[in-house]
Amino acid sequence: MKITQGQFSFLPELTDAEICKQIEYALQNGWALSVEYTDDPHPRNTYWSMWGNPMFDLRDPAGVMMEVSACRKEHAGAYIRVIAFDSKKGWESIRMSFIVNRPAEEPGFELVRSEGPGRVVHYTLRSYATSRPSGERYQPG
Amino acid sequence: MNKPLDAKIVDMKERYKSGVLKYRQMGYWEPDYEPKDTDVLAVFRISPQDGVDPEEAAAAVAGESSTATWTVVWTDRLTDSEYYRAKAYKIEPVPGIPGQWFAYIAYDLDLFEEGSIANLTASIIGNVFGFKPLKAMRLEDMRIPAHYLKTFQGPATGIVAERERMNCFGRPLLGATMKPKLGLSGRNYGRVVYEALKGGLDFTKDDENINSQPFMHWRDRYLYCMEAVNKAMAETGEIKGTYLNVTAATMEDMYERAEFARSLGSVIVMIDLVIGYTAIQSMAKWARRNDMILHLHRAGHSTYTRQKNHGVSFRVIAKWMRMAGVDHIHAGTVVGKLEGDPNVIRGVYDTCRENHVPKNLQHGIFFDQPWASLKKMMPVASGGIHAGQMHQLLHYLGEDVVLQFGGGTIGHPMGIQAGAIANRVALEVMVKARNEGRDIWNEGPQILSEAARWCQPLRAALDTWKDVTFDYASTDSVDFVPTPTPA
Repeated sequence: MKITQGQFSFLPELTDAEICKQIEYALQNGWALSVEYTDDPHPRNTYWSMWGNPMFDLRDPAGVMMEVSACRKEHAGAYIRVIAFDSKKGWESIRMSFIVNRPAEEPGFELVRSEGPGRVVHYTLRSYATSRPSGERYQPG
Repeated sequence: MNKPLDAKIVDMKERYKSGVLKYRQMGYWEPDYEPKDTDVLAVFRISPQDGVDPEEAAAAVAGESSTATWTVVWTDRLTDSEYYRAKAYKIEPVPGIPGQWFAYIAYDLDLFEEGSIANLTASIIGNVFGFKPLKAMRLEDMRIPAHYLKTFQGPATGIVAERERMNCFGRPLLGATMKPKLGLSGRNYGRVVYEALKGGLDFTKDDENINSQPFMHWRDRYLYCMEAVNKAMAETGEIKGTYLNVTAATMEDMYERAEFARSLGSVIVMIDLVIGYTAIQSMAKWARRNDMILHLHRAGHSTYTRQKNHGVSFRVIAKWMRMAGVDHIHAGTVVGKLEGDPNVIRGVYDTCRENHVPKNLQHGIFFDQPWASLKKMMPVASGGIHAGQMHQLLHYLGEDVVLQFGGGTIGHPMGIQAGAIANRVALEVMVKARNEGRDIWNEGPQILSEAARWCQPLRAALDTWKDVTFDYASTDSVDFVPTPTPA
């Protein structure tokens, strides 16, 4: 299954030129870009690993693209997203978030149901990927 | 100039002789008054009866919405009545409408209980709206001082925390109201929720009149809906929610329903405006305590917001609801099936989302309104909108909004999931184009038809609804238009 987190998951995968234009938009707004990756895309896995700190002082989209490429090279089989942070008062959070890399096979999630009294069901989402230790997920074989 | 007979009477013995005085004579018309930063200000559109002059009408409004009664009472002299008296300090004719005036009135902060919409409104829209010397009156706008705002909780969650919880950034959220509004069984209802969320929406919604009827009782609905929400989350990897309407006959019933929704893991519950201001504030406090997003459906508001001569403008209701503490409020679509002049809607959206809203008569905003860091309230656009309008919706409403396509999702010829996909693709492609610097206002239809080449559901949506517009003149429009500047 294709997970559809982020701003553009319903579109064909963005080309590098298209990613660059989105980065430009963020920079024009004064937002700081950051690259993050994970092998556990559970929707409530908030903290993906940071590919370095947010690039507060980098104003050149090509520089951000270099970081995207470097992260892709190192973590080809991981989910990678680009995030834009807005530090302005009253927001002070994320303004953009979109996926720029995903594993070839996306195993998705199991919905675990635990039945209780009165027909109540408690639900747990489990990433199939996490059945293997971190670092060994999305590996062939 | 006032006739001397009608001027404020300063001789206390004269002033408090038993009998009836004009409101002006009692001191409710104070054209020299300079409003204090701490005053609550209100501007009313008044239509005095024939023979009632506008200053006296404005003074009467000030009087009847604060301390006055119809006759002189000596007990005024036991208090500092000058201080508690509301002051009508300005009147202006309504442009282009003879017989109507804007009356500006200042109220001292001490007239109101802290943190209580019920108390504020009991004065401002209390007895005064039935006052015989006026044919009609409408509360157009208010300035709530920061000092008073800070006694209110404000939105339980706010736009930023809602986005963080939903893990959704950089685009409007998508929703749909379940249809038909009434008659589905719990099992069938959950099916529609599942299909819409699985297809790509972030939220689905109970309609305002779905509570607990013979065809579907509330527990049944909540259980099936949460099955649908969790199943859709597992199949998309996204956080999803469904606004479970907890509106009921009593607070005890509403708390019971809200607690059950919480125990099932719902991220959002919903109430209707008709439950009343106090119940809304109670639910907002409950929502803050329980990390719950609180959606408000503005059921009933058009009975008093729509006609310009009488009632309360919706921008005031939006202001009160941000103070009362709801997170979502239906605030108009501009292009859909329900009332919505673009300028009026802009004023309402600013009231929901900005931390400072400057006076802007062309948007119906009569005062500078500071928001003192009260959280932002997410406007919801719902009612007769479809994917083909995406460029207009993004242009008019911006990014921090929930776009709700009920019929535009469920009525899709290829099914509900296809309807959701069409809306999500149209949205993402339009946000992407806007960010790339394209002129979406003019290129919008072309951007959509380009995407429809690879997205069949979007093609079908555009074909089905291509000619649907609701192009009627607005009833609630602004009174001030920009003065044309010579080229």
